[in-house]
This record gives sequence, C-alpha cells and structure tokens, in this order.
Amino acid sequence: MSRTHFYGTLVGKKVVVAVSGVILFGFLLGHMTGNIKVFLGDEANGVPKIDVYGYFLRTMGEPIFSYGQMLWIVRIVLITALLAHVVTVILLAVHNRNARPVRYAQTKRIAATPSARFMMWSGLFILAFVIFHILHLTTGSLDPKHFVQDRVYGNLYRAFHNGGFVVIYVTAMVFLALHLYHGIWSLFQTLGLDNPDRNKRLRMFAALATLALLLGFASVPLGMFLGDMPEPPNPANLPPPYGGR
Amino acid sequence: MNLDPRIPDGPIEDKWENHVNHIRLVGPRNRPHYRVIVVGTGLAGASAASSMAAMGYKVDAFCFQDSPRRAHSIAAQGGINASKNYRNDGDSTYRLFYDTQKGGDYRSREANVWRLAQLSTQIIDQAVAQGVPFAREYGGMLANRSFGGVLVERTFYCRGETGQQLLLGACSALAQQIHVGGVKMHTRSELMDIVVVDGRARGIVVRDLITGEVTSHAADAVVLATGGYSNVFNLSTNAKNCNVTATWRAYRRGAGFANPCYNQIHPTCIPAAGEHQSKLTLMSESLRNDGRIWVPRKKGEQRRPTDIPEEDRFYYLEERYPRFGNLVPRDVASRNAKEVCDEGLGVGPTGRGVFLDFRDAIKERGHDVIEARYGNLFEMYKRITDESPFETPMRIYPAPHYTMGGLWVDYDLMTTIPGLFAVGEANFSDHGANRLGASSMMQCLADGYFIIPSTIGNYLSSHPYGEIQADHSAFREAEAGVHALTDKLLSIGGKTSPAAIHRELGHLMETKCGIARNKQDLESALKEIPLLRERFWNDLAVPGTGAQLNQALEHAGRLADFLEFAELMVLDALTRDESCGCHFRTEHQTEEGEALRNDDKFAHVSVWEHKGTDQKPEMHTEPLEFEALPLAQRNYKT
Amino acid sequence: MKFRLNVWRQGSEQEKGSMQSCELDEVSSDMSFLEMLDYLNETLISKGEEPIAFDSDCREGVCGMCSLVINGQAHGPMKATTTCQTYMRLFPDGSEITIEPWRAGAFPVLRDLIVNRSSFDRIMQAGGYITVHSGPKPEPNSVPINQQVAEESLDAAVCIGCGACVAACPNGSAMLYTAAKVSHFALLPQGQAERTDRALAMVDQMQTEGFGSCRNYAECEAACPKAISINFIGQLNREYIRATAKPCNARGQMHAQ
Ligand SMILES: Cc1cc2nc3c(=O)[nH]c(=O)nc-3n(C[C@H](O)[C@H](O)[C@H](O)COP(=O)(O)OP(=O)(O)OC[C@H]3O[C@@H](n4cnc5c(N)ncnc54)[C@H](O)[C@@H]3O)c2cc1C
Ligand code: HEM
Ligand code: SF4
Ligand code: FES
Repeated sequence: MSRTHFYGTLVGKKVVVAVSGVILFGFLLGHMTGNIKVFLGDEANGVPKIDVYGYFLRTMGEPIFSYGQMLWIVRIVLITALLAHVVTVILLAVHNRNARPVRYAQTKRIAATPSARFMMWSGLFILAFVIFHILHLTTGSLDPKHFVQDRVYGNLYRAFHNGGFVVIYVTAMVFLALHLYHGIWSLFQTLGLDNPDRNKRLRMFAALATLALLLGFASVPLGMFLGDMPEPPNPANLPPPYGGR
Repeated sequence: MNLDPRIPDGPIEDKWENHVNHIRLVGPRNRPHYRVIVVGTGLAGASAASSMAAMGYKVDAFCFQDSPRRAHSIAAQGGINASKNYRNDGDSTYRLFYDTQKGGDYRSREANVWRLAQLSTQIIDQAVAQGVPFAREYGGMLANRSFGGVLVERTFYCRGETGQQLLLGACSALAQQIHVGGVKMHTRSELMDIVVVDGRARGIVVRDLITGEVTSHAADAVVLATGGYSNVFNLSTNAKNCNVTATWRAYRRGAGFANPCYNQIHPTCIPAAGEHQSKLTLMSESLRNDGRIWVPRKKGEQRRPTDIPEEDRFYYLEERYPRFGNLVPRDVASRNAKEVCDEGLGVGPTGRGVFLDFRDAIKERGHDVIEARYGNLFEMYKRITDESPFETPMRIYPAPHYTMGGLWVDYDLMTTIPGLFAVGEANFSDHGANRLGASSMMQCLADGYFIIPSTIGNYLSSHPYGEIQADHSAFREAEAGVHALTDKLLSIGGKTSPAAIHRELGHLMETKCGIARNKQDLESALKEIPLLRERFWNDLAVPGTGAQLNQALEHAGRLADFLEFAELMVLDALTRDESCGCHFRTEHQTEEGEALRNDDKFAHVSVWEHKGTDQKPEMHTEPLEFEALPLAQRNYKT
Repeated sequence: MKFRLNVWRQGSEQEKGSMQSCELDEVSSDMSFLEMLDYLNETLISKGEEPIAFDSDCREGVCGMCSLVINGQAHGPMKATTTCQTYMRLFPDGSEITIEPWRAGAFPVLRDLIVNRSSFDRIMQAGGYITVHSGPKPEPNSVPINQQVAEESLDAAVCIGCGACVAACPNGSAMLYTAAKVSHFALLPQGQAERTDRALAMVDQMQTEGFGSCRNYAECEAACPKAISINFIGQLNREYIRATAKPCNARGQMHAQ
C-alpha cells in the first residue's frame, strides 16, 4: 500500500489529523510550561527567567545548529503539522457534507458533546488566534508601540495590561480547551489506542490535560492583569544578550 | 405423480455415503456452464447458493428483502442441534435420529432423518470455520445447552441469536461468492412463477419490487428455499412477509405439496394485544423451566392476578400431567392452553392467554437468580406489554411457528418436477408431524451446505446445459400471466385492504384449523374459505400501479396464494383422519388426551397434486417404512 | 390516543419528496410504532389513497429491515431498540411525530420511508467473510477460543445491519457498521489469514460508497439497536493502521500474526 493511498482513505486521513493533533498538543504542553516561567521571577542578575528561556529556545542546538536554526526547524514541523491538520479536516468536512446531501427536517443529538460538535468552529477560531498571536507576540507587528524584540517578560507585561488582549487570549484558550476536550480523547480512538477497559481513563486524561492547558495558558494574561506582577526591568541594566539596546 | 423417493440401497447408516459414492458428477470444467437459480437466502438458500457457486456452478440468487441477510432465518433464537456428544452424555447419530423420528411422531422418512443426524456434526465444523462465534466454555471449548425436552445436551448456541449468527455465516460465504462473481444476487425480487418446459423446470419469472418490472431468468435447475407458510394464520412468529407464494406457484405448475396440514404451534408467545397486532413474538421456551402456568378457576375473574389466592388458581398442566408438569411437549402445552381459554378461563384483554408465573421461582431461588436467567426476556416482555414479570405473571399464548409441510422431495431433494428442488422449511422436510426445537436450522444447513451441492449434480449431469434461454416462449407466457394477475389485483377497485382480509383468513384458520381440529370445523372452513376468496376478488383495494414500489400489491399477491393454499391445508387436515404430532384431531385422542395415531391407515406422506383452478386436487401417498426404529406410541404422562 | 404525523413522502428515487402531515385517531398505546403505521395505511387504502411505504420484516428487532427516523432520532426515542420494537405508549397523547427515512448519500430513498442499503452489502462483499468452502472441516474444538474473546466477537457480530448508525451520524459515516464487521472476524483465530486484506478492502469500499468519516461523536452507539460499542471503531482503526504498517509480503504478515 502506498502512502498516497493511505492518505486517500478516510481512516488514513483521520490518522493524519490525529498525529498532527498529537504534535500540536505536545507543543502546547511545552509552550504552556514555558509560559508559566513568567511567575518564576528573575535570575540573580536581574534577567527575567522567561527571557532566559526565550534565549535558550533561540540558541538550542548550538553549536551544531547556528543561532535560531533549531527553533526554525521546530517551527517548520509545527507549521507542517498545522497545515496538514487544517487541510485534512477541511477535506474531511467537505466529504462529510456530501455524505448527506438531503438533510433531516428534525434532528436530535444524544451522545455528541458540544465540544465534539464544534470542533470545526473551535479549530477555526484557534487558527485565527494563532495568526493573531504570531503577529502580536512573535513579530510584534500588531502593536509595535509596546513590543520589543526578544524581551519576553516585558512584552507580556505590557500586552496584558491591556484588558482587550486579555479577553482575546482567555477566550482563545477556552476555545482551545473546547477543542482539546474532545480532540485528546478522540485521538486515542482514531489511533486505535483505546480499548473497553481503558476508555474511562482516557476520557479522564483528556479532561485533565485540557484543564491543565487551560489554566496554565490563561494564568499568564490573567496573572498579569489581575495579579501584582513586578514591572519589567530596565533593559539598560541587564547584561548582554538580554539588554544594552 | 411419481412419488418414488429413490432412497439408496444398503443399511441405513451407509445410505448417504453409498449415494455420494455413486452419484453422477459434473466435472469442474463443465460446472461454470450450468446455471442454477436459488430462490431464498435464508439458512437453506444462502448455504446452497454459496456452496454450489464455490463448486463452480453459476448461481442466480433471489430474495424479496433488501439484503440476503434479512431472511426470516435471522430470527431463530435458541440454537442448533448436532450430535457431537461433547457432553459425553450418550449422544450419537442414532440418538439424534431416534429423537427426531419420535418427536415427529413417526411421520418422516427414515433415510432422510438418519442422513440429517449424520450431517449435523459437520454443520458445526463448517459454521465455526466460517467464524460463527458460538458460545464457549471457560476452557475455550464449544458450549452446549439442553433444548426441547430431549435427554442429552446437544444444542449449540450464540446467546439468543443463533439463527442470526448462522445466517450471517452463510451470508458471508454468499457475499464472498458474489464478490468473485460465482453468485449474482437479485434482492427485492419476488418470485412470481416457475417456468416448466417439456416437464422440466427451466427458470423463473420475478417481479422487481422497486420498479415493478417483470423479468425472466432461465437456468438448468431451480432450487426453492423460500421458507414456511405459517403466515396463513396471519399472526405467527414468522416475519411479516413470509409467504407461500413460491411453493404455491410451484404446486400450481405441478410440484406435489406434501402434508400441508402439519404446522407447529409454539406454546410460549406473547398474546395478541388487539385487532391491530401484526405479529406474535416468541418467548424462549426455557421460561417453562421456572415459570408455573395457570389460569383462574373462575370464569370472569376480576381480581388482579397477584391477588388471586392459591386455591383459586388452576395449575392445569401440573394437575393434568404430574410427571412433566409445565415441561410437557410443545403441542401438549399448546393444546391445553387453548382448551382452558375455550372454557372461558383465559386471561388478558382478548381472553386468549394464560399466566406464566415466576412468583414461586423468585421466592425459591431469589430475584437475582431469576434475573440472571431470564433478565433479557423479561425486559423484552416489558417493552412489548409494559408489564414486568417480576411483579405480575407473564401472559402467554401459543402461536403458529413452523410448518413441517411443504413441497414433496425425493432423497435428492428434488420435487415432482424434474429440475425443481426444494430445501429448508420449504420442503416437507425431515421433521414428520412435529419438529424438535433447534432442529430446523440443522435441516436447513444440512440441505444447503452438504446435500444439494452433491445431489444437484446427479440431475444436471444427465442434461446438457443452456438448453433453454429466457427468450423461450414459455417465459413470455409466464410473464403475461404475471401481468394479468397484477392487473387483475389492481383493477378490483374495492374497499377492503389486504391486511383486513388477511386478518379474517387468519382468524378462520386459527379457530378451525389451528391447535386442535375436528371434522365439523374443517368442513365448515372448506365452505368459508371460498367465500372469503370471493370477497377478496370483489372487494379488494390496492391503490397505485404495478410499475412502482407497491407494498399493498405485494401483500395482495401473497394473500391471493394464501387464500388458495388455506383450502388445501384444511383439506389435508380433514383427510388425515388421525392425530399425529402437531396435527391434533379431537376425534382421535388417547384417554389422557394424547394424539392417537392410526398407523394402519396414515403411516404415509400425503402429497397433493394440482388439477387446475377450481378443481379438487388429487391426493397421492408415499408410504413410510420403519425399519431402524419400530413404531411406538408417545406418552408424556408417565 | 391521537397523533399528528409529519411523514416524508416521495414517489420514487427520481422524484422529489416532501414532508406531509395527517392526523391519526384511535391509536392504542399497545400498538407498536409500525402497527400504528399499518393502521394508518389501512385507512388510507380503504380511502383509495396510496399507503406510506416503509420497510419491515421480522418485527422483533433482529432482521434490520425497519428503518425510521422518529422525531429526529434513528429508531426513535428508546435506547437500544429498533423501530419495530418501539411502542406508542412512549409518545404523549396528542403529540406531533415527525417520521423521516434514513438520510445518507449512500442510502438513496426508493419511496417514502424506504431506502436502498445495498451499499452495506457491498462493504460485506468486499471482504466481510472468511473464505471457506463447504465440506469436511477440522474439529472445531481443536482450536480453543477464549470465552471472553468469543463473547466480544459476538458483541460485534450481533449487528443487524440496519444502518441506524449511519442515519444518526452527523457525518453520515458507516464506521460502526464496518467496525463491527471487521472486528467480529479480527477477534477470532479463524479470521486471521485474511485479516489484513479484509480491513483494507472493507474500509476502501466504505469510502467508495460515499459514507462520511468518523469524528468520534458516538451518536452511532447511542442509536444502535444492539448498543454496539464505538470501541470497535477503535479496533477498526487499529486493524487498518496495522494493515498498512505490515510488511508488504504475505510471509511477513503471517509471522506477525
Ligand atoms: C421466532 C423463531 C425462532 C426460531 N428458533 C429456532 C431455533 O432456535 N432453532 C431452529 O432450529 N429453528 C428455529 N426456528 C425455525 C427456523 O428459523 C426456520 O425454520 C428456518 O430459518 C427456515 O429457513 P429457510 O432457509 O428455510 O427459509 P427462510 O429463512 O424463511 O428464508 C426464506 C427466503 O426465501 C425468500 N423468499 C420467500 N418467498 C419468496 C418469493 N416469493 N420470492 C423471492 N424470494 C422469496 C425470502 O426472501 C428469504 O430469503 C425459529 C423460527 C422462528 C419464527
Ligand atoms: C493548537 C492547535 C491544535 C491542536 C492541539 C489540535 C488538536 C486536535 C486533536 C488532538 C484532534 C483530534 C484528532 C482525532 O480525532 O483523532 C483534533 C481534531 C480536529 N481539529 Fe484540531 N487541533 C489544533 C488546531 C486546529 C485548527 C487550527 C483547526 C482548524 C480548522 C482544527 C480543526 C480540527 C477539526 C475540525 C478536528 C476534527 C476532525 C475530525 O474528527 O474529522 N484544529 N484537533
Ligand atoms: S452497528 Fe448498530 S446501528 Fe449500525 S447497522 Fe449495525 S446494528 Fe444497526
Ligand atoms: S422489522 Fe426486523 S428489525 Fe425491525
């Protein structure tokens, strides 16, 4: 069986959705643990720990890879996964629409959770958010006034003292949670990793993982907005490569 | 009419082997040239079609449902017998032969019954190889249960869906053959006529139930596997659309119809709730193991059953048959239920029902044990009746269930029309005047997997293939007949629906030719049936046209055949002036109320020959011989 | 009891259909849903009108012929129950009942409430069997089968092929049906030789027929009259992945088993 044939089948496509979902989910776990470093405060030299982490991301893989290269490799993997995920779910959705050309006059759903039913909407919202998020906090092009390249803590501090951004970010995380509550359980089913004995625990795992991501991610904007977080240090006082602009 | 059964020579235990050894064969290169039509895809039809196609014959299979897997066989519940003797409890080919012969009240052909018992074990092997998930014991071996009042445990089962699993097994073999092109499957196709040229069956005419198109199909042999005719009673345990049409039209074309009066009544069914009941649901007979059957002693009892004290309860089976009590054979239980209801003691809205009470069993064994045993059945009962057998006694009543009569066949399963074969419930089968539980599926599959694939070669090899094609004038004539019938049905323009007339026919047959029969009733039925038939042809309403999916038309066509067949059934019941097995003539009973056979006059198969519309059919007989097992009277009292 | 019925009427596959309504009085609560329709049809027939076409045969929940979407639910409101086993007492007197056929591209309507489900048969024909011919077979007890595995295989094999899973699935997917069929054989030792090809062929056929893809909503399980578990869908996915990941030569496959 050739690979194109595998992708050509409904089951094969779903496997691609699930595998790309796993990659993205793995990334989210890492991303979230990284994010909550904002709460860890500063190093002895006054550099926020999250800035150190940000620097690490850019320098990881050195000296085999040069500055930022490894990060780009990760990014490419993620973008590919995201593209594969999105393109495939859209193909599937089109196929599924055609599978029922005449609709029912009346329908009643009993088993499907809202989380499951709104996968496409939550997914599209996430997609929009991802683009927004990159423009906002990676390139800084959305709000250049408050953005300084590589100053992670400061950027977050400034962004999340704006209530509008907080609302957008927290809402997006709710959508993400909605997506993942079904998605994480569903991927076990899709990959055939479930079985009658394990099923309850898989549901539980999906719920816990979702909750962890929701709380972890949302804590940053909320913490910045509501909590009493220290102001970012003045870059001029920091050693290179963290300061001295 | 030639009724030579062509039983092979030799001792009974070697007959089948001898026969197979000497049977004429069609060589593998020639088989693909022979076309065989199989009508029906139940256990018998699906197994026959797939087996013959696997041998190389080109098979056309037909059924009226939308898928072969939906044949009525799917509903069989309890299990299938085979004399494997896995329980080491003394089972053997002889024992199964003996039980079947005795159960059938010595009205079947010994050689066939022996062959059935011999082949029974191979059926299990075959089904397991196909992936039928029979119940297993903890060690992984096949499990058995006891069934139908015999002394050994020989019934193989898949929960309560044995028929379903066996049919799915046969249909998977069929699917495989459809896939490789050995079988061409025609679903939603109803057989309308059989075409006979120069005295041999050459094909069939069918109506496409979706478009109404009438088409002809020629073949070198035709196998009917179209099931039984219990729906002549309107209400029965059979699927709603089971019919006599195929066998009846074969009869009209010259096939002898054997023992039409033999039909089995199952004692434990849920009684009809009212006029509009469309079928009767079978409740497993196992319920009688723990339930006690009774009716109130007083007519018109108004108290709730749970309020009726012990002394006002009439445990009629326990009183009349102290040794077997509630476990008397099917026919005895059925007859007694009818009697008490005739006396006016029946319960339920229609007065035709008796209680099956689990109160004492629950008291004795505990709620949980009873729940574990019968939980599913109780739930099913509750769903249908809205009453819980844990709280109030179940109501049951006998219902027509299986027909032992059918097209007469010889040892090769060929009818009196050369080239026309009948398998499964459609033939007059090996069950004599009464069938043992779990033996029908055995017969259907023995016929389909093992017998017909061999014996059909015996016929085919003596004839060249493809002699007659579907463009032969005989097919045109048959098609014209079908169109004429359809037009006639559509043009009556009356007011009564087929369902209403079917209800009347059912009522008539149940009261006059049902559980217990007598001369007077049968004679009056013979007068009433033609009247009803006249009403049918004068007052029937069938809306729509013949060129569309038209269920009223389908029903009308089947009912027209039932209305003719009913008369033959009554005539046979009247002619068989003895009681045997399920055929109980009240004039002939022992002092204990048991069926009293008259072996001197009736140890034969009654075979009816069609003599033309409105002509009295002619009866022929095939004498039965009893060598392996001498005749004996049945007795369940002591 | 009295009801207002909204029923899908359609002359044939080629014609356009529409919902039509009518009143039906004097319905008994002991009638099954199909008996209620029989009764309606009898009144229609005696008035010379065309009865409503619907499929049924066994009327005891095992043949899989009956197929109605009642008030938006395949096989009606009762769990693990076919249409033919649904009784009128479940519906409040005087209520309105909407009756529609199964809706799926792979199940075209033939007339009124009758659909063509031959696509299911073709999935079976693609591989839903163990290739054995009739004739002498090995003694079945020579291959013991674990009791629980046999039961689990039967849990899948009890599928009645009704199509309610497709009708109820928002995506018109036939995964539960196909999964039940594939799992039944995959769990048994007899099914091993063709295990790989079977999974591949049946999944392919399912797609060719135009059924949708599974999103693990579990509506099928909720509608299934035999309460077949969506765990079998997991098993089908597993079988499929296993089949595609297997070494391409048959010998390798035999070893892997
Ligand atoms: C509720 C119930 C429970 C039972 N339980 C058991 C049991 O536990 N054990 C046991 O051994 N037996 C049991 N039986 C009996 C057994 O199920 C049947 O006798 C047996 O299945 C008959 O099989 P068959 O192949 O002869 O015909 P069927 O299964 O009736 O098949 C008939 C076929 O013929 C086709 N057909 C009919 N007429 C036409 C026509 N005019 N044109 C085209 N096609 C036509 C139909 O489409 C169908 O495919 C039970 C029966 C019932 C009703
Ligand atoms: C961070 C991002 C994302 C993660 C972690 C993620 C994760 C997942 C997971 C685990 C699944 C379950 C796969 C399965 O059923 O086997 C899934 C399904 C799905 N995802 Fe995403 N997803 C993300 C982004 C998106 C985006 C951007 C879209 C946009 C369209 C999207 C749309 C969907 C849809 C529609 C499904 C259901 C597919 C189906 O079952 O047919 N997802 N996702
Ligand atoms: S899986 Fe359930 S709903 Fe689907 S066809 Fe089988 S029995 Fe019907
Ligand atoms: S009519 Fe057979 S399952 Fe409903």
